[in-house]
Amino acid sequence: MTGNAPFLVVGIIFFLGLYAILFERNLIKIAIGISLLEASANLLLIVLGYRSGGSIPVFTLAGEVKTMVLPTPQALTLTAIVIGLATSALLLSLIMLLYRHYGTLDVREIRRLRG
Amino acid sequence: MNWQIHLPALALAIPLLGAFASPVAGLGGRSIRNAWMVFISIATTAICLLLLNRVLAEGVMVYVMGAENWNLTLPSGLSWPIRIILQVDAFSAFMAVVGSVAALAGAFFSLQFMDKFTGLEKFSALYFLLVTGMLGMQLTGDLFNFFVFLEIASVASFGLIAFWRDRPEAVEASFKYMVISTLSAMFVLIAVGFLYGRYNAVNIAAVARMMHMGYAEKIALVFLVVSLTMKCGTVPMHMWTPDAYAEAPAGVTCLLVGVSQASLYGLFRVCFSLYGVSLGSTVVPWTIIVMGVLSMFIGVTMAVIQKEVKRLMAYHSVSQIGYILMALGVGLLAIRDPQAMAEYGFTAMKGGIFHILNYTMYKGLLFLTAGALFYSSGSRNLNEMGGLARVMPHTTFMFVIAAAAIAGIPPFNGFVSKLLIYQSTFAVYPLLAVVALVTSVLTLASFVKVFQTAFLGPARKKFEHATEAPGSMLIGMSILTIVIVAITLFPTWTLSHLVEPAAKALVDQAGYISAVMGGGL
Repeated sequence: MTGNAPFLVVGIIFFLGLYAILFERNLIKIAIGISLLEASANLLLIVLGYRSGGSIPVFTLAGEVKTMVLPTPQALTLTAIVIGLATSALLLSLIMLLYRHYGTLDVREIRRLRG
Repeated sequence: MNWQIHLPALALAIPLLGAFASPVAGLGGRSIRNAWMVFISIATTAICLLLLNRVLAEGVMVYVMGAENWNLTLPSGLSWPIRIILQVDAFSAFMAVVGSVAALAGAFFSLQFMDKFTGLEKFSALYFLLVTGMLGMQLTGDLFNFFVFLEIASVASFGLIAFWRDRPEAVEASFKYMVISTLSAMFVLIAVGFLYGRYNAVNIAAVARMMHMGYAEKIALVFLVVSLTMKCGTVPMHMWTPDAYAEAPAGVTCLLVGVSQASLYGLFRVCFSLYGVSLGSTVVPWTIIVMGVLSMFIGVTMAVIQKEVKRLMAYHSVSQIGYILMALGVGLLAIRDPQAMAEYGFTAMKGGIFHILNYTMYKGLLFLTAGALFYSSGSRNLNEMGGLARVMPHTTFMFVIAAAAIAGIPPFNGFVSKLLIYQSTFAVYPLLAVVALVTSVLTLASFVKVFQTAFLGPARKKFEHATEAPGSMLIGMSILTIVIVAITLFPTWTLSHLVEPAAKALVDQAGYISAVMGGGL
């Protein structure tokens, strides 16, 4: 029904995230870019497992249905979300430490390591 | 011997237990925490050695988590594998042994190196979590679990690189590494998504069996190659390597060297076992070879000009990774042609895999000696050191062995693997061998520089109270030195008993598939 539109959305979110990581100068915006990238990967997995008109993939709860969405991508996505939470938390805490040390969030000024 | 079927699971369970019980052991005070760290490291190494022993004797091992039976890969007549499957062939077991020996040396070294800092129970928890992630990447037979273990290893290493969080540079290095590795982990996840969408499976063997090159597979391959080369620090994605390696505590750097090998393992598992002959054109092998050549040359030229010891050594790891990539790329080039494989491909792969072993051992040792220099002199800048051979004779001795090995001076082990790489790459394209030789010369030059400035020269006033590194640090360094000397003395045995089975396992795609999928190929 929805056709390929979800994949288009995945692509848009992916490139937005990549753009933010590559070209933004504020550390928080880079963190947002990483979160966007995670969201696009999760959305890709969910969309891959979707079958139109399908019900939840829990046999005892679904009742009388013909099609179910695929359960594996949902399990994968759950795992990926949990991992994404851990990395986001760590990322933000590192940004906090960096701000404390350097007094700025601008990547052009946080570069003591070079050469 | 029946309990040995559980070895693949034990290799993950023991370091994981070590990680989560570390805070408990930390309650008992310093000596109990140290004893726990030593015990878990030795147990992990022993399990990995037993695993290698069993895999060499009996072929590929599979282990199914959560099934009625440990080897029930295809339950109730299904034709696709479900559940979490660990799959260990000679190459995986070889990598696991290499990694766990580096972890053992790093753990011993860290005992006294980190002694004056607080929060050490967290340190050892993260350390063993990193070991778990590394071993998991090497032992799993499942693409999604590869991603999970990659993330476990990454998150643990962010914490360890930024362990000295009062140093701005350490936090900066950790942040850089974090952006790079989260990006590459997401690329891996997207690649897994593409392959899952095509084949409805995430098991490497199951996907490899059905592999049929199309657009989705090509996209997945690009994502996997980009992300995994990024994670092991090859040019042009190498900028995190010198920062992270230089800022992490020395014992951790030794382990990080082993962990970067796990990404390299993933790259070659994907290229050889997942895609294998269906790679088709020579684009991917040549991409890997070109990246290898660039890493070798750019890495070493950047290393020559460095003033900081650990940064210099970190640039050398970029160039050493280049050797391995070039050798295995040449092997990949020959994979469709049995004659080319026999002529040069297999030699290149033996050289590359041997170099993985050698590189991890001597590079780990070099980072540990750099840590010992820092511990005794309090400085990392080469210009401020001098005459330290007088106060640190043992460290000097081990540094000389490691430096001779990395520079490929005969008869040291680095020479053997480099010779195999020169021979085989010369047959493909002589320029490759020339670049490799020039790199080797420059490597020697920069280590002569380190040796001369840090260890030789007159005794300096400010180092008159400097002492030799304490006991546990020397033990950590000696472990790696003993391995290097052993390989140097018995290169033929190492080649035929460790390296060749690993190379054969990597080439034998059908064997890898049939271990999970039965004889259905």
